[in-house]
Amino acid sequence: MSPQPSRTSTTTPAPLAAPAHRRVLAHGLYEARLTLRNGEQLLVSLILPLLVLIGLHRAHSITEIIPDIQTVAPGVLALAVMASAFTGAGIATGFERQYRVLAFLSTTPLGSAGLILGKALAVLCVILVQVLVLGGTALALGWAPKPSGLLWLVCGLVLGAAAFTALGLLIAGTVRAEATLAVTNVTWVLMGAAGGAVIPLNYEGAGALLRGLPSAALGEALREPALTGRLPALPLLILTAWAVSAVLLARRFFRWT
Amino acid sequence: MPASAPCLSLTGVRYALGSARSTSGVTEILSGVDLTARRGEVTVIIGPNGAGKTTTLGCAQGLIRPSAGTVRLLGQDPYRAGAELRARVGVMLQDGGLPQSVKPLTLLRHIAALHQRPWPLEDLIERLDLGGFLSTAVRRLSGGQKQRIAMAAALTGNPELVFLDEPSAGLDPQSRQLVFELIAELRSRGTGIVLTTHLLEEAQQLADSVYILKAGRVVRHGTVAELTGGAQGAARRLTFASPRILTTAELQAAPLPVALDNGANRSGSYWAVESIGSAADLQALSTWWAQIDLLPAEISFEARTLEDVFWEVSAP
Repeated sequence: MSPQPSRTSTTTPAPLAAPAHRRVLAHGLYEARLTLRNGEQLLVSLILPLLVLIGLHRAHSITEIIPDIQTVAPGVLALAVMASAFTGAGIATGFERQYRVLAFLSTTPLGSAGLILGKALAVLCVILVQVLVLGGTALALGWAPKPSGLLWLVCGLVLGAAAFTALGLLIAGTVRAEATLAVTNVTWVLMGAAGGAVIPLNYEGAGALLRGLPSAALGEALREPALTGRLPALPLLILTAWAVSAVLLARRFFRWT
Repeated sequence: MPASAPCLSLTGVRYALGSARSTSGVTEILSGVDLTARRGEVTVIIGPNGAGKTTTLGCAQGLIRPSAGTVRLLGQDPYRAGAELRARVGVMLQDGGLPQSVKPLTLLRHIAALHQRPWPLEDLIERLDLGGFLSTAVRRLSGGQKQRIAMAAALTGNPELVFLDEPSAGLDPQSRQLVFELIAELRSRGTGIVLTTHLLEEAQQLADSVYILKAGRVVRHGTVAELTGGAQGAARRLTFASPRILTTAELQAAPLPVALDNGANRSGSYWAVESIGSAADLQALSTWWAQIDLLPAEISFEARTLEDVFWEVSAP
């Protein structure tokens, strides 16, 4: 038992917060570790996208209806980003809110801003692991993205992570945890299956409106640079609009408790 | 800052839910709370359920923005607090605020990483006897174990002021003793402690200063001695058992008002004198007993407790 110094002593230093960057880094790594050790999160973030990638690749060899690995691989990355940023972060935050973890952490030196930044960093860490595992598997299956498009692909990943994290937090901060669980899971399945994330939609005619879906924008933001090497300007703009809107709505409606 | 300097002050703090335009209207939770807590002292907030204790703490911690009034936490507005202020304050929320899937050691290490000079974790673990369940996920812990983890998390930053919302709820006697000892030590080190409790005996034992809340207002405050009348010269209650029923004439001859005090669990003839204010009163009572030839079979002399005061002010 080490004796604690008397607070009334003139030499006792006041408690100090760790520097801001260290606090955010610590929280980002803490949350990323928790996510990667959580079986359910791992299933949604990594195992299911991996099964989709391999399954679609095998299906393409049977029928031409299913696109080849060059189209499917960036789509599966989009699915994975939505799983970690939207479903994973949303559900975790919803239950943290229910159990007053958000309230407690906001009283620590981390604060509410540090908490959000830490969560965003955790999502990026998980996405890095997803890219390594899913991207590595896709490369092994024959994926050959255009090298000139890799920078834009990374931009799409980061913007997509921002937009879907903001959307996930918006839901987590406004409805009950159980509702967040249901809404984010169902939305993820719908966006993955029919929202243009994994398989491109038909954008002809009125279908052009579907480009406005965040899942379609993310899918195109990753597919276009991987397939052509070009800047996916419109998808990135759409993702930016979703991110800004969700952040503004979250600032207005997010409740910490 | 000297040990007894204020570390928290609430002045005219109001908090209301709803709006005048909504059908349910406005519900006022706090109706002008004034409260001061000092360093090196334990300030206890008590009150019935719904009195506004947790909301008062929420305003003091910066979790809730008051509708009106002023809150100063270590000289600053806690609602706009930066990391440096939050590093100086520890918070234990009611029901913990602990992540359910995390192991306590992981959580405490994480909280420590947010501070530059945290309390040494090994020491905190030993003081609160946490060693047996540090590697068990929080959701698998008992209520008392979670309470101790939440208290450890509040103290990890070695704060100058700590808020403890129901710190002893669900604790077994041994754990409660550990918590009491730690609170006493924090006080002796000059840490300000603000806590809420439903256990009035605990409040009486720990408090330097007590605030009793009712319906969002402070209805009494002061030291335990001031509230219970236990200060020098204040009145105490005396009860005695008589082997016979006292007559009206005997009662009229008494130097102080004497009333029958046959409670539910008492048989025989018990009598109470509510306000023994001095040794002279006691002497006069003794002289009266001699005059009426009465030797009480039992005498008890009791000070009022905080519980007595609480029931007085809590009465509708």
